[in-house]
Amino acid sequence: MSAGQVWALARKDLLTEGRSKETLNGLLFFAALVLLIFGFALGPDPARLEQAAAGVLWVAFILTGVLGLMRAFQVERENECLEGLLLYPGDRAALYLGKLVGNVVFMLALEVAVFPCFAFFYNMPIWGALPGLFLTAALGTAGFAAVGTLFAAMTMHLRAREVMFPLLLLPFVVPVLLAAVKGTEAFLRGAGRAEAFPWLTLLGLFDLVFVTVSLFAFEWVVED
Amino acid sequence: MMASGGSRLVIPLGVGASAALLAGLYAGLVRAPADVVQGEVQRIMYLHVPTVLVAYLAFFVVFVGSVAYLFTRRERWDILAHASAEIGVLFTALTIAAGAIWGKPTWGAWWTWDARLTTTAILLLIYVGYLMLRAAVEDRSRGARYAAVVGILGFLDIPIIHKSVEWWRTLHQPSSLARGAIDPALLFPLLLNLAAFALLYAFLLAQRVELGRLEAEVLRRRLEE
Repeated sequence: MSAGQVWALARKDLLTEGRSKETLNGLLFFAALVLLIFGFALGPDPARLEQAAAGVLWVAFILTGVLGLMRAFQVERENECLEGLLLYPGDRAALYLGKLVGNVVFMLALEVAVFPCFAFFYNMPIWGALPGLFLTAALGTAGFAAVGTLFAAMTMHLRAREVMFPLLLLPFVVPVLLAAVKGTEAFLRGAGRAEAFPWLTLLGLFDLVFVTVSLFAFEWVVED
Repeated sequence: MMASGGSRLVIPLGVGASAALLAGLYAGLVRAPADVVQGEVQRIMYLHVPTVLVAYLAFFVVFVGSVAYLFTRRERWDILAHASAEIGVLFTALTIAAGAIWGKPTWGAWWTWDARLTTTAILLLIYVGYLMLRAAVEDRSRGARYAAVVGILGFLDIPIIHKSVEWWRTLHQPSSLARGAIDPALLFPLLLNLAAFALLYAFLLAQRVELGRLEAEVLRRRLEE
């Protein structure tokens, strides 16, 4: 497995998406819509919105993430691209990492665009806290996509994939959601690194465990 | 191993489990003194603690069976993991139900967002997903492989989920067993019930493994025709 292979695969996915921007635009609107819907559901009380803001942001990330991952594998399935990729010489682990990197970069691009919407609708002072918020988003997204990429590959051939994929994935990423929301909250409040640190460590640990295990597990998932 | 020996074990295990459960019920509900603080409702502990420990045992067996299946590709490991997952889901559901019945008079609510309660609920969802995935995949060996992957990842997720939820919020009384803060008069019935539920698990597992083996056999013969 080489970094070159991984990057070539990730680049292929990002280039395809970058040229059409089909999924990116759709999902960006979807994320903004989730923010708005929660605004309606929670009511206009500013104090209440402020309390719920970090949670709403991550629900938006996770729901868009589910759609994005399903879309990424739908493209592979429609044209039997994954079968083609599996025929190439090279490590299956590289294939998983390539997909993972592509998915993470895609989701991060989306999240970067969602942050201003979030600041706008929820009246959040995100500008000073951006480094911490991005760090939390990156660690959380990596963990979500690590399990998500594996499960998307697993469920893409099922007839009930639209139901099975989120049903399998969401319970697994509860720790990601909790830690990311708490980390985001700490940065938004300006509480600083000391309070966010344990949550970021937890996210880092989750990423480490699930990227490592998925590297092996991917081989078992795509073996036929 | 499990698959072939399972059928011979079913009857003795069934008899042993029934006897132990009856003894455990008597010891827990009749003989043991009521708790000083919580009163009669505390007796749910004799059901609640054994079911949750057995559920964790069951998920550990799923993990072991899944790893063994992926490395050996012997169907019996897959049958073992599948059987254990079903029983684990059953015991997890029982744990949550018993906990809710205890929680209503004690905490004043059926459900609270307490660390252990929440962890158990997430576990239930993970293994329900495991079972649904098995049902959704048509090809048997592919289904076994996918399920094994979920079985391994699910078990590795347990400590992380537990830690995260614990930091997030906690209300549950710390485990009395782990603290050693339990009176011998309560401890004995608890251990008896634990043994009884472990036997019940072994009985159900042997039964379910045997059933799984027969299912596989039927499928194989049908394919041969």
